[in-house]
Amino acid sequence: MTRSFSRLAHAAVLAALVPGTLAAADTTDIRIQEPWARASIGAERPAAAYLTLVNDGEATVTVSGVETPVADRADLHRTVRKGEIMPMEPAGTVDVAPGETVNMMPGRLHIMLMDLASPLNKGERFTLTLHLADGRTLTTDVPVMGPGARGPAQ
Amino acid sequence: MNKRLALRALIIFAVGGIVMAAVLAGMYVTRPDNTALQEPESETTLAAPGSVPIGGDFKLVDHTGQTVTEADFRGRYLLIYFGFSYCPDVCPTTLNDIALALDQLGPEAEAVQPLFISLDPARDTPDVLADYVQAFHPRLVGLTGTKAQIDKVATAYKVFYEKVSPAEYYNQTPDTGDGAPAAETAKTAKDDYMIRHQGNTYLMSPDGDYIAHFSYGTKPSVMANAMRRAIARFGTPVTEAR
Repeated sequence: MTRSFSRLAHAAVLAALVPGTLAAADTTDIRIQEPWARASIGAERPAAAYLTLVNDGEATVTVSGVETPVADRADLHRTVRKGEIMPMEPAGTVDVAPGETVNMMPGRLHIMLMDLASPLNKGERFTLTLHLADGRTLTTDVPVMGPGARGPAQ
Repeated sequence: MNKRLALRALIIFAVGGIVMAAVLAGMYVTRPDNTALQEPESETTLAAPGSVPIGGDFKLVDHTGQTVTEADFRGRYLLIYFGFSYCPDVCPTTLNDIALALDQLGPEAEAVQPLFISLDPARDTPDVLADYVQAFHPRLVGLTGTKAQIDKVATAYKVFYEKVSPAEYYNQTPDTGDGAPAAETAKTAKDDYMIRHQGNTYLMSPDGDYIAHFSYGTKPSVMANAMRRAIARFGTPVTEAR
């Protein structure tokens, strides 16, 4: 309680001292780890990006949207298993509870990148921004792996 | 009277308890067998060719534009996955697992022909499939066809699939009301549909009979192991170039 209050106060003081830093509001409570995407095989098909969200704070952080210059549309989707069928669903918003980690991975929660401006080629990198429900944003640099990669290390 | 009823109830409970204890003891004793059976991931069961009614004739077009039938693949084991190339998550994962499984199988993989059969023939033309399959494995063959041809092969392999329109797709979960992009149905292009489909990979014998299937997420090593055992058990008939 006091920690989050001091964090808020800290952010407020920073914002007051340095005009224009409000956009880069304090995001020390939420971290993105190991972002990666799959090469797209052309620009016609949707591509997928994955990352891990870690909430070090004391309040739930809600991811409400995704934005990237490489795709006109970027959505959170979730693949679910229904018997032998593996349908996808829009994931809507994603909550990361305090102290918790949300792992995106193939066959589970992922970011779908649609209407690509150009193909995502292996070895390239692009910027991806997560919009949080409280108005803050988190931006990360995403490396592009092979078209069938299973994780950031491949 | 009440005492007698109570005694009777006590006896019933006691007998019931003894019976239940016996049943539980029996379950405990037989547990080691059950545990072994509950690990399908460790070793895939191979069906005797001809014993499972999955598979059948097909006539399709490969990613080079050539018409092919199932007879063209006789003499080779088939590793068949049904999907669509616009599938961003599950299909690339499975095709990569298939590629890894073939690599792990080593030289024996020559006896196995991997096939990707499109459930989205409208978008997956041979040209579209050519780029796609080559991204995963040099020996992966992409197959497409008319809707009737795809329906026929999907039915033969008992593969469920259905087209899901963007409107239907985005209406699966209610609008969160906070302007999340998930609600942006209006921006979604008309041909942006998805295919909801069954995610199994089939291993077929050189005679075109079902041997095994691998559900989504089966480890490449498990697939490679099943193929190795199938080749050892059912042999490798002389293969000739198609």
